[in-house]
Amino acid sequence: MIGLEHYLAVAAALFVIGIFGLFLNRKNVIILLMSIELMLLAVNINLVAFSSYLGDLVGQVFTLFVLTVAAAEAAIGLAILVCFFRNRGTIDVEDVNVMKG
Amino acid sequence: MISADLSIVLPEVLLALYAMAALLIAVYTSKDGMASLLTWTTAGVFVLLAVWMMINGSGTQEAFGGMFINDGFARFSKVVILLSAAAILLMSEGYMQQRGLLKFEYPILLALAVVGMLVMVSAGDLMALYMGLELQSLALYVVASLRRDSVKSTEAGLKYFVLGALSSGLLLYGASLTYGFAGTTLFSGIIEATSDDPSLGLLFGVVFLIAGFAFKVSAAPFHMWTPDVYEGSPTPVTAFFATAPKVAAMALFARVVHDAFGGIVSDWQQIVAFLSVVSMFLGGIAAIGQTNIKRLMAYSSITHMGFALMGLAAGTAFGVQAMLIYMAIYVTMNVGTFAFILAMGRDGQVVTDINSLKMYSKNQPARALAMLILMFSLAGVPPLVGFFGKFYVLRAAYDGGLAWLAVAGVVASVISAFYYLRIVYFMYFGDETEGALDSKMSPVLWAFLMGSAAAMVFGVFNLFGIEPAAAAAAATLVN
Repeated sequence: MIGLEHYLAVAAALFVIGIFGLFLNRKNVIILLMSIELMLLAVNINLVAFSSYLGDLVGQVFTLFVLTVAAAEAAIGLAILVCFFRNRGTIDVEDVNVMKG
Repeated sequence: MISADLSIVLPEVLLALYAMAALLIAVYTSKDGMASLLTWTTAGVFVLLAVWMMINGSGTQEAFGGMFINDGFARFSKVVILLSAAAILLMSEGYMQQRGLLKFEYPILLALAVVGMLVMVSAGDLMALYMGLELQSLALYVVASLRRDSVKSTEAGLKYFVLGALSSGLLLYGASLTYGFAGTTLFSGIIEATSDDPSLGLLFGVVFLIAGFAFKVSAAPFHMWTPDVYEGSPTPVTAFFATAPKVAAMALFARVVHDAFGGIVSDWQQIVAFLSVVSMFLGGIAAIGQTNIKRLMAYSSITHMGFALMGLAAGTAFGVQAMLIYMAIYVTMNVGTFAFILAMGRDGQVVTDINSLKMYSKNQPARALAMLILMFSLAGVPPLVGFFGKFYVLRAAYDGGLAWLAVAGVVASVISAFYYLRIVYFMYFGDETEGALDSKMSPVLWAFLMGSAAAMVFGVFNLFGIEPAAAAAAATLVN
């Protein structure tokens, strides 16, 4: 029997993989975008699992909002990435370093 | 019902409609030729909405089943957001025109970001919170990389985007846990669920939510995007980042911790106090080595967010009042300071190095004096208004039983005084090295610089009456 905690465990694992992808990845900015997407999808699994467990539709409505915003976010991220590539000629994470923080 | 609901969200709806109509009109007519006109009209619309909020607001109204709350707290924050956004827009126009940056999308994106901020501070539900926050953030990612042909600006946009998306993810994960363990996304429902011993899931939820907010207000240890984004973005955009979004994020922070988690103050209080003390010290110490004035202002804003969070950490109505007053004063000071920074240039080129200010007072005594007042006020030197902001938050922390935090705040403000005073030292005593800065300053910038400096001096009598307004606003949030 698959219960709520299994879904939550999967979502937590995906979320952590997303965060690690953001911080450990040294290669490509596209991978950062994929990691962000992974985090948001983990949240969606959480929301849908809770929604079904609680018998409350609000969680699924929230999921639809998150999906929509994630799409808009990806579009804007890629647009900024294209502008960056035009100026810098590379999208390696190591090369995003003109300003040192 | 729906018409009653719509009448409550009318200001936000009108601003969103205005932004869309302006976009359509500009695209179908002269495009960037309309940019100047659009900038002025957008600023006008902001001011009109702010006046409307000031005159028209009384009591607490809820729309869409409690998802959207229009109370005194929201109105106070909205007026500050709208007025500061209008001021920044007016200051941007000349600067951007001169450098060929004035695109018609700029005022429209700012208007959309402001819609997001207005929704944020009125949110009564996790969904409304998320949608408002994302509308604001998505617009701001784009304006950060407004100078499309510059490596620095696009890099700033990229860094802001990646870290902003990470913070949204954290916040959303917290929202999902809160929803699951409270069984509702409404703040009014969450506060009931937390009234008796909150579950571990809810505590995790509130921690993730606070981490997300800390990113948005750029509180340490989630501040790493701030210096790079401030340095890389065009200066008017930096000025905008330092003002309106900070107020909105701080107001949202206060709204969530009090409206949704007001029952477990002792649980989040320690997290907020930690964020506050780390921000104050990190901002103060890291700014010492900076020579770029935009980076310096970034660290300065981190320090100031630490002080505002100190008011929030007190967990009382007086703490929220102190935070609101602090943010209003902070925004006023920043508008003046950025008016000064926007006018810094040599032969039409932008200059951001503070060494170029050496002996500035010899050529421009009036402007140097105004900057001196603003720097002293930012540092919190007693007779000026900036001191009263700090005084309120320190008192709130002390009254809230966080005496150690108040002591840390005093120490941190002494450390951060160093770099403000260094700018003053350069302006009055430094030895001149290269040629003097341009003496040209547009009348708009001059008016904002002098107005802000004058406000810092003359506000000491009664803080222009914001104190009772902030008290009333805080009373609607915390009861």
